[in-house]
Amino acid sequence: MPGPTPTAPRSDGAGRRTLVIACGALAREIVDMIRLNGWTHLAVTCLPAIWHNTPARIPEAVRAKIRAARGDYDSILVAYGDCGTGGQLGAVLAEEGVSRIEGPHCYAFYRGVAEFMREAEDDPTCFYLTDYLVRHFERLIVQGLGLDRHPELLADYFGNYTKLVYLAQTENQEMAARARQAAARLGLAYEYRLTGYGQLAGFLNESNEAGDASWHG
Amino acid sequence: MADSDDLDLRSLNDQELAQQMHDDLYDGLKEEVEEGVHILLERGWAPYKVLTEALVEGMRIVGIDFRDGILFVPEVLLAANSMKAGMTILRPLLAETGAPSVGKLVIGTVKGDIHDIGKNLVSMMMEGAGFEVINIGINNAVEAYLEALEEHKPDILGMSALLTTTMPYMKVVIDTLKEMGIRDDYVVLVGGAPLNEAFAEAIGADAYCRDAAVAVETAKDFMRRKHNVRGGQGTSAA
Repeated sequence: MPGPTPTAPRSDGAGRRTLVIACGALAREIVDMIRLNGWTHLAVTCLPAIWHNTPARIPEAVRAKIRAARGDYDSILVAYGDCGTGGQLGAVLAEEGVSRIEGPHCYAFYRGVAEFMREAEDDPTCFYLTDYLVRHFERLIVQGLGLDRHPELLADYFGNYTKLVYLAQTENQEMAARARQAAARLGLAYEYRLTGYGQLAGFLNESNEAGDASWHG
Repeated sequence: MADSDDLDLRSLNDQELAQQMHDDLYDGLKEEVEEGVHILLERGWAPYKVLTEALVEGMRIVGIDFRDGILFVPEVLLAANSMKAGMTILRPLLAETGAPSVGKLVIGTVKGDIHDIGKNLVSMMMEGAGFEVINIGINNAVEAYLEALEEHKPDILGMSALLTTTMPYMKVVIDTLKEMGIRDDYVVLVGGAPLNEAFAEAIGADAYCRDAAVAVETAKDFMRRKHNVRGGQGTSAA
């Protein structure tokens, strides 16, 4: 299983400054990786994770962040999947000349995009949680979907799912127990997979390379 | 909206009752909506009139407030479940009384995607608008769409997807229809959260429908055009 720090920091990043524009759901994980790897050249700014419920807001908000940061950084990276924008985020980033991590969403790049896509095709009835979603399950899932007020809606939301899969970024027994409880609450089978930070770590580490292909201010 | 806890629905006249049912739909009060349907039927309202003036109109208001960000998904689901309960009462009566049929729709969520809240809402609103709806469910491969088209011979094919990863499958279905030379036999409407008009155009759909209300209006519009074409052909032939 991949660990939390699969790649070592590179020394040739010294002096360069890179801004990571990230989904709020990745903020803690990215900050942890920066700290663990000593990637001091990286700075992070985030947009609200709750915007996944209104993904149309994401592309232009990311564009605004990019334009506001130009001149202050040597390069910019975007740590977002497509995240339900239907290709609109990709179009904005192409216009701005900024690269993002490959994959449709964080589940995929934590698990590994190719593996995730294959597994999702084999079984589309899995509902995924990450560390972030386990931490905020009550607020984002239960309250966000109104299940605290209207538990009778459970079948409307989750009737077609069969299994909750916890893609864990860190090994933590308490988190695993909470994820298992979440599965029980949703009436789903439970599966645990330790993914670590998956392809997110490699994506951020690339910014250490002097010849980084992303936008240069 | 109105608090109907102590309200005797039978004390209301027809107009008041229909308006109260709009409020009860808005508030997701399923039992009250069911009671209202029964009362209006007892008073001699035609099932189609109950459907359109009490239920569909109420749900139309819900749709507007959802679009405007006043209502959210849980409230819309509660309202939809209330309307569904009312329609369960009306459906057999509508069949008996020969309610007008605007057209026929086959609708389903594409392969790899199990999300159906929006698709089911569209199905219900289309049925409420007078369409015959064949809902083929979730995770449909192209073969399932073809089978349904062959069996039901609809005017419209509706496809839904919630995931960025599954929405490209709509093009697989449309391309297959083209290869078989039957693409133009159907109006193809697509919808789902990550879709947009540009995507619909790129894959060769006839229209993107951003919500259930738009889907109904778009479908009606295509049916009107279809009838106009037929009418025009009849005129020229004469």
